[in-house]
Amino acid sequence: MPMKNEDLAALIKTRFPEAIMGANIFRNELTLTVQKDALAEVARFLKENEDLDFDFLSDLCGVDRAETDDVFEVVYHLYSLSKNHRLRLKAPVPSDAPGLPTVTGVWKTANWHERETYDMFGITFHGHPDLRKILTPDDFEGHPLRKDYPLDGRQPATLRDSYRKDGA
Amino acid sequence: MGLESHLGDNILTTTLTAMVNWSRASSLWPMPFGLACCAIEMMAVVAPRYDLARFGAEVFRFSPRQSDLMIVAGTLTYKMASVARKIYDQMPEPKWVIAMGACAISGGVYNTYSVVQGLDQVVPVDVFLPGCPPRPEALIHAIMEIQKKIKKETL
Repeated sequence: MPMKNEDLAALIKTRFPEAIMGANIFRNELTLTVQKDALAEVARFLKENEDLDFDFLSDLCGVDRAETDDVFEVVYHLYSLSKNHRLRLKAPVPSDAPGLPTVTGVWKTANWHERETYDMFGITFHGHPDLRKILTPDDFEGHPLRKDYPLDGRQPATLRDSYRKDGA
Repeated sequence: MGLESHLGDNILTTTLTAMVNWSRASSLWPMPFGLACCAIEMMAVVAPRYDLARFGAEVFRFSPRQSDLMIVAGTLTYKMASVARKIYDQMPEPKWVIAMGACAISGGVYNTYSVVQGLDQVVPVDVFLPGCPPRPEALIHAIMEIQKKIKKETL
């Protein structure tokens, strides 16, 4: 049986009274705002608690809110296959030095998602086993989903050099 | 049998250029470089309904070494552009290129950091085929334009 959003929020807030900075239910979707340094710990609890059993990380992405709030947000969409309930986590990180703990140790699928978020937003995931770019070409500079990256910021250098093995 | 029954015992004279160009134009071996939805239309062209075999170009080869016509069908990103160039370089001469669809021609709607704004920035293009995506008939038309171009070439 799925837990009600209110019960989910209450259970998690009781366990982490300080790390959970806010809870919001909009159109029957629960969103919790989490203090970034506690994130890995909260994630492990969400997965391992038998009543919650969030065994599936269905998405992990970033949001650029630097202009209005001086933060990037990292957003986690969780689902429990056994309980059929969902949860969204948001972790704000400071936009001048964005970084937070990895959750690859909790959900393996976070590996590539975190690499993509790193590639697109420049957010560092501390403790990630292999934090390399995943989508942009190897010699691409910058993080194209940041709002301050120009829409047409093409880097044609990648055309010229990367197809030759000898670099000539 | 065949032509002889109509012409009798006879000799046809022509130029070597005309003969070579005719055989090249009538036996194109396309290298399908499918990148997006345009590739679906490209597949339709070789299927029975549109039947590219009527134009002698139905044998799609996935090895550039055996191809002489590269059909770039879809959105070319910078990351893929180096691959497109490499494939083009691996094809033996003589070779021709069709840029199929709005994206391959100009980047299409994707005026973004990641998309090449025209295949001609990467490889020389012989025929630009507009459409989003172009209909199969349009691709056949593009191949016929390539054939016309081949027949005008000199050795």
